[in-house]
Amino acid sequence: MPTTTMPSFDFLTHLAVVVPEVGLMVLALIVLLIDLRWKGEQRRGIGVVAGLGLLTIAVTPFIWPPTDPNALYWGGMVRHDVLAQIFKVTVILAGAFSCLIAVDTTEMGRKGEFYLIVIVSTLGATLMSAAADLIMVFVALETLSIPLYILASFSRKDKRSSEAGVKYFLFGSFASAIMLYGFSLLFGLTSETNLYAIAAYMGSEAFSANAPAVLFTMVMIVVGFAFKISAAPFHFWTPDVYEGAPTPVTAFVSVASKAASMALLMRFFTAVFPPGLAVGSVEVHSFWINLMAWGAVLSMTLGNVVALWQKNFKRMLAYSSIAQAGYALIGVAALQAGTAQSVASVAFYMFMYVFTNLLAFGVVARFGEIAGGDDIKDLAGLSRRNPMMALAITIGLLSLAGIPPAAGFIGKFFLFNAAVEAGLTWLAIVGVLNAIVALFYYLVVIKIIYVDRSPNDHEEIAMPAATGWALGISSVVVLLLGTVGAQAIYDWALASAATLL
Amino acid sequence: MLEGFSFPVLSAIIFIPIVAGVVLLFIDGKQRDLVRGVAITAAVAVLALSFAVYLAYNNQVSTLMAAQEAALAAGGESVGTEMFVAGLAFREQIGWFDSLGITYHVAVDGLNAPMVLLTGMVTVAGVLISWRIQDRIREFMAFFMLLVAGVYGVFLAVDLFLLFFFYELAIFPMYLLIAGWGWIKLREYAAMKLTIYILVGSVIALVGVIAMVLVADNFYQAEGAAIFEAAKSSGVLAANTPTFNFDMISLTLAAEHGAFDVMNYAGIDGLTFAKLWFPFIFLGFAVLAGVFPFHNWSPDGHVAAPTAVSMIHAGVLMKLGAFAALRVGVQLMPEGAQTHLPWIVLLTTINVVYGAFIAFRQRDFKYVIGFSSVSHMGLVAMGFATMNVTGMTGAGLQMFSHGAMTALFFGCVGMVYDRAHTRDIPSLGGMIKQMPWVGFAFIIGGLTSMGMPGFSGFIAEYPIFMGLFAASDITLTIGTWQLANYYPVIAIISVLGIVITAAYVLRVSGQVFFGEFNAEKYPEVTDITVTDRIILLLLGAPLLIIGFYPAVMAPMVEAGVRPVIALLGGSF
Repeated sequence: MPTTTMPSFDFLTHLAVVVPEVGLMVLALIVLLIDLRWKGEQRRGIGVVAGLGLLTIAVTPFIWPPTDPNALYWGGMVRHDVLAQIFKVTVILAGAFSCLIAVDTTEMGRKGEFYLIVIVSTLGATLMSAAADLIMVFVALETLSIPLYILASFSRKDKRSSEAGVKYFLFGSFASAIMLYGFSLLFGLTSETNLYAIAAYMGSEAFSANAPAVLFTMVMIVVGFAFKISAAPFHFWTPDVYEGAPTPVTAFVSVASKAASMALLMRFFTAVFPPGLAVGSVEVHSFWINLMAWGAVLSMTLGNVVALWQKNFKRMLAYSSIAQAGYALIGVAALQAGTAQSVASVAFYMFMYVFTNLLAFGVVARFGEIAGGDDIKDLAGLSRRNPMMALAITIGLLSLAGIPPAAGFIGKFFLFNAAVEAGLTWLAIVGVLNAIVALFYYLVVIKIIYVDRSPNDHEEIAMPAATGWALGISSVVVLLLGTVGAQAIYDWALASAATLL
Repeated sequence: MLEGFSFPVLSAIIFIPIVAGVVLLFIDGKQRDLVRGVAITAAVAVLALSFAVYLAYNNQVSTLMAAQEAALAAGGESVGTEMFVAGLAFREQIGWFDSLGITYHVAVDGLNAPMVLLTGMVTVAGVLISWRIQDRIREFMAFFMLLVAGVYGVFLAVDLFLLFFFYELAIFPMYLLIAGWGWIKLREYAAMKLTIYILVGSVIALVGVIAMVLVADNFYQAEGAAIFEAAKSSGVLAANTPTFNFDMISLTLAAEHGAFDVMNYAGIDGLTFAKLWFPFIFLGFAVLAGVFPFHNWSPDGHVAAPTAVSMIHAGVLMKLGAFAALRVGVQLMPEGAQTHLPWIVLLTTINVVYGAFIAFRQRDFKYVIGFSSVSHMGLVAMGFATMNVTGMTGAGLQMFSHGAMTALFFGCVGMVYDRAHTRDIPSLGGMIKQMPWVGFAFIIGGLTSMGMPGFSGFIAEYPIFMGLFAASDITLTIGTWQLANYYPVIAIISVLGIVITAAYVLRVSGQVFFGEFNAEKYPEVTDITVTDRIILLLLGAPLLIIGFYPAVMAPMVEAGVRPVIALLGGSF
């Protein structure tokens, strides 16, 4: 059990904890300033500044690494542990690559406010990765979400985009409200807001609330999280938002918001409802583990089966992302046995998922810009129009499908391994069978790209530098993570697990 | 300790095709000659290395066999594992995921050395037969090379994670090759069907393997700790091996010491790990070997695939399934094998007889060969099911013999089809007059297929039947119902399959290659090119060489199956 120490306030120590957040604030201001000053062609540079700035900030968690993983900072608001570190890096990288693939789109490429909103949203995501207090959790969650509602409706000329924004906003606020209700109940039951203090109080003799109240609270909070990670049955917003929102935004929503929510989900539930916590005669821990396991089954199955029928590529990826959330939940459910592999596999999965998904969405963003459509059949003949782009999206799709040498294979292997180790062999089997259903629709897309022909076969698609670099780096990273590089990241993820458990 | 080479030859064999595949993707697709040049260079290099490995291993077989006999006579707690380790040559082991005990670990033994050679032969043949592909030859060759790398990886892997890594790696290029270059009427359906069949089997086996590793881990941390330490200090296992590992040697050791035979697995009375998981793991892999009733993907897949892919698929990939079923299923779960193979053998009987019957009924030339593969691969699994050294050696030989033979068949079919543009058997005729080499090669393949003495088919199939008779003490028990002494009956029934094989081979060669040639109908049918002749020689010669001089392969395969027999508690 992590202890809750509250060190005396030393400003510099506390500042080191939030260097990435401070960096993001500064970057946001810089982007705002240059948005005012730069004119004409120069404005292409805004996105590059934002992207490179984010890449630089992604390094800061390594320069100021976690020192005392169990310490609480800023009045108990945040923790500074390896789990926060790995997820901060993950979400900042997601922000950076989303900016880079947005640079060359007509819709958002030269609009400073787009990058500003992405950076602010990233700020919310980094805070979420570290949050250790109900107040902080909620503030971070809203800092992440509200910019996303704006981003979803960013493409003002497109009706689908406005629809996506409104839908996302309505569903999102509803989910937030339910979650907030859960928080308020939790506060009411324990009169504490700090996650670790809540757990300590619930485990103590003084706690007298009955089990149904605690379980009800838990379910409320689970609903909120399930919405954020787009797990079934709270996934309804996903396809419409993914399809309607501009593609770079979809890329950002699909990875940053999901990764941060996963980090928080694991931290929140292991902290507040730890193993062995019994309220009355009810084992609270196994209750939420079961919720996660069934959420995983439902998400994977529903996501994959419905994805089979999709004709729009972004919609297909939306259902695929519902399924991917299900896979990640396998790792969360593996917390049942409290093994380090469970958290580590989720952290690894989300890390590789950033690059994987950006490959898919990056290509679609560029392709949609040129070809004007994002139906799956539009991709026909891509391998002849731009072989490198075809290779990049193929690597991304193979990784999503879990085929070596792409990172997805090892990511899924870690998850299933964690599940079997936790005694959830049945869940691993459901997972692998789902991976086969999924392979079907990914392979069909790859086949369309390489085999099918289209009337535009000979019109080459030019690849602008920023997108090209983003895709190139992501491809290499996905392949490295699938082969020789996996060890380093997995060890990092194992270290993050150690700080949580 | 067997001798190796001074350079990592097995890694070279695995990585040359990968490098070639990547290089191919980056060169200009319009430079067809360059594409072909890169592909054939890589293929020939790999074949040369494979052949060198085969010869080097073969030279040491007599020493190895003497050592094995001495080891078995001396006995010991871990004799099976020690024999397995002693048989591994050219070993390379490099750490990969230390925290999960996964290493890059490859080696050759008597079982996979013939497979390595076979893969090399079929690779060269496959590149040569695709020489004149016009449509996107660059992508074709690149995917073909990746497929070959995956196949090699599976055969050579000693680490189970590595085995799965390459197994899944082979799937995606195979899908694209069939879906992209196959027979237009069937290719998308067949490619997806094949992929899904194979993948379902393998991923279930993957979960089983993770569970197995976990059981071994628990065993090594508790009652097996002393065994584990002893193995590390004696050099059987690498000194830094963690108890949780995917190394086949470590798992074999755990199996030999009964880690998978502990009663009441998963809290179920009378169940052991091996008894529960053996069917899933063995059949999971055997799907790729076409075992009934999971053979359905195979004829469609083979017919739909372009010739080179049919060759590598029927010739090599089906052996991949059989090989993995033996390595992961039988070797690691001997007790499971003893429980389940007595009923699985009934399925293989259906394979042999039913496959041959269906082949006999086909009008399409390629379907005949497709179903004949189902029939012949049944014999391989049947050989495993004998669980004695004679039958298993036969199965090992059959893997090689059928691989070369069926690749030769598909090569012949492809050559006829390329020129006649039909595979309808009754409408073909007299082809041997126009293409004598193909006719001759087909007849050699046909005679091998019926198991004529003097051809490798006889050398392979005869021991399988001998093994069946020798295994007459095996009893099948289901509840209170017992079936005894039925292996010889299976042998007698399966001989029927050989008779039908003779019938369809004679029918096809008679109708396709003899009779009247219709020059007006088939104006393009002319003699084959030099590259085609090389293919026929490359694949046909080994059938005769092994047929006349089995000593080039049989002792090696026997040395390879002996550790498995020792693990099964048998003797030789």
